[in-house]
Amino acid sequence: MTSHFLVLMLFAFFVSVVFAVLLRDTPREQVRTGALMLGGFVAAAFVLGWLMYPFPL
Amino acid sequence: MSTKSTTAARAAAEPTTLALVCLLAWLLPGAGHLWQGRRHKGLVFLVAIPLMFVIGLLLHGRLFPLEMAEPLVFLGAIADRGTGAAYFIARFLDAGAGTVTAVSYEYGNTFLMTAGLLNFLVVLDAFDIAMGRK
Repeated sequence: MTSHFLVLMLFAFFVSVVFAVLLRDTPREQVRTGALMLGGFVAAAFVLGWLMYPFPL
Repeated sequence: MSTKSTTAARAAAEPTTLALVCLLAWLLPGAGHLWQGRRHKGLVFLVAIPLMFVIGLLLHGRLFPLEMAEPLVFLGAIADRGTGAAYFIARFLDAGAGTVTAVSYEYGNTFLMTAGLLNFLVVLDAFDIAMGRK
């Protein structure tokens, strides 16, 4: 498995699920919080990726 | 929270029970919640955390040894051990040697350590429930 994006999505998914279930008590709130966190993770990855784009390795 | 569950949580706040809840929650992610009747939460942790650990192994991550001379390795080793029984099973099966040359090596390490750290949070949550705080 070498797709960086797939690994990123998997990581964000699992962390979001665990945090959402830890922090919220009702399934509705858990789904909402988990989706927000997942979106935040992915958005942050894209923003940071573009910000780092000009820098050489 | 219902009166019944509040009573149960307060009754569980004895030192022996607390220690058992924490030990069980550490050994088997989600078991502390399942034992205290939080079936939904317990099942999610029981699936998500070990699965994350297995993905970490599949990504060629390394289970770090407890080396005091290398502080970062030591902290990584503590995080790895957070998954409880899964860690010991992996060591028993000689998994988690890590392939430094694999492109996914660092991803694997991240999955392994994060699974352990998340389980530490789950243990703390189980402790709070047993103390009657939740």
